[in-house]
Amino acid sequence: MLSIEKINVFYSELQALWDVSLEVNEGEIVALVGPNGAGKTTTLRTISGLHKPASGDIRFLDHALGKQPPHKIVELGLSQVPESGKIFTGMSVFENLELGAFIPRARKDRNQSLEWVYGIFPRLAERKDQQAGTLSGGERQMLAIGRALMSRPKLLMLDEPSFGLAPILVQNMFELIAKVNQQGVTILLVEQNVQAALELAHRAYLLENGRIVGQGNSKELLSFESVRSSYLG
Amino acid sequence: MLQSLGQNLAFGLLIGALYGLVALGLSLVFGVTKFLNVAHGELLMFGGYASFWAFSLLNLDPFLTIPITIVFLFLVGALLYKLVFSQTVKLPEEAKIKNTLLIAFGLSVILQNLALRFWTADEQSITTSYAGAAITVLGVRFPAVRLASLVVAIIFLVALQLFLKRTYTGKAIRATVQNWEAASLMGIDIHKVYLLSFAIGAALAGAAGTLVAVNYSIQPAMGLDWTMKALIVMVLGGLGNIPGTLVGGLVLGVTESATSFFISSNYREVAGLVLFLLVLIFRPQGLFGKKEG
Repeated sequence: MLSIEKINVFYSELQALWDVSLEVNEGEIVALVGPNGAGKTTTLRTISGLHKPASGDIRFLDHALGKQPPHKIVELGLSQVPESGKIFTGMSVFENLELGAFIPRARKDRNQSLEWVYGIFPRLAERKDQQAGTLSGGERQMLAIGRALMSRPKLLMLDEPSFGLAPILVQNMFELIAKVNQQGVTILLVEQNVQAALELAHRAYLLENGRIVGQGNSKELLSFESVRSSYLG
Repeated sequence: MLQSLGQNLAFGLLIGALYGLVALGLSLVFGVTKFLNVAHGELLMFGGYASFWAFSLLNLDPFLTIPITIVFLFLVGALLYKLVFSQTVKLPEEAKIKNTLLIAFGLSVILQNLALRFWTADEQSITTSYAGAAITVLGVRFPAVRLASLVVAIIFLVALQLFLKRTYTGKAIRATVQNWEAASLMGIDIHKVYLLSFAIGAALAGAAGTLVAVNYSIQPAMGLDWTMKALIVMVLGGLGNIPGTLVGGLVLGVTESATSFFISSNYREVAGLVLFLLVLIFRPQGLFGKKEG
């Protein structure tokens, strides 16, 4: 569904990604894990068109993404929940969700999508008229995911959905992500919480210093000596 | 004495609403794009001349020329954005403000000279058949033209507010203001949002120009004065705060007229600048803005 072939990405002079390749198949949950600063967020931002790769190919459902602007990529069915959610804090929960369905294809089905999202996150329905800035950390993350789902993506990319959440909420969040996946949305998940991410994902890639240094199904990666010693303690 | 004070304050309020409209476009453009368009006053001047033309050539009532002015300036704004301002969109915020300031400054010189060529340096104004009409309440005169201008200014302020709050496009503009990256991840084409906001800002300057032509006079070098007024009102009202912009305009209008009444009309312009400095020092978020807002 999504295939990335040897992309190289630079921040002005500095190279952030080196020949990164990865693949996501329909229906999967794929995790991209690694330490802080490894280039996980850069990878997602590049897929979404917020950075342009200097070389390499990104293909999504037979479309080449490398040169497309972010809004076109959303229209193709690829949405991202950015790092720390980036909800529109000055607007109501409902307006945030409304904006999630901004693209014409999604706008038509807005009411159905709204019901769908409220079904997954009933909390958002309770808070729909509330200013988004007044939500708790967990609710903000739910809103960020719900907002991305409003565009009816085929592939949803999540950047650190567990960031800043209390441990009990992290568990909850991962269950919700599994639920979204069961509803037919393919997921590419970026996480620093390696253990939780590997337990949830079918497959995973390990990114270090801008390079993919390991990949495989989650059980394999969990048993890797290097992964165990570096990330799981 | 009391009556002439009342008269002065009434004029202050009437002109204040116009000040609010003058600032509205500048504030919208700065809020959305972070372009400080110091050529705003020149766009207003073009609006004034567009109305003057339609008035003298087509014999239209000046208030009916507003739709023409709006469309004309909307197109001018869109063109200017495409040709010059769009190049700066990718710059970081600070560099963007500096660069657009320079671009807009150059643009204001070009627009002034174009106006000189087209319309000469002569002062023009639109004088309607009902220019002398007025309503008198408790001895205070409210000239019909100024009252109509007040109504027009308020209509635009309310219309922009409703557009931003109620329509999908307006919400996309607000989303872009709050976080342009998140907005682009919603499928919003932020370049379109910038283009549209800039063009709407220019159209609002155009509408303000019509009112200026009716209430005062127009000439090619008028732009800077009005840009200054717009900047003062924008700072008073707080960025992106539309009701605040109206109140900011009223505050400036009343301050000016109170200054000319109590001190001297020579200090009218100075009063606005003093107010501007005081607000920047003590309430940089604007009179009605929230901190961090």
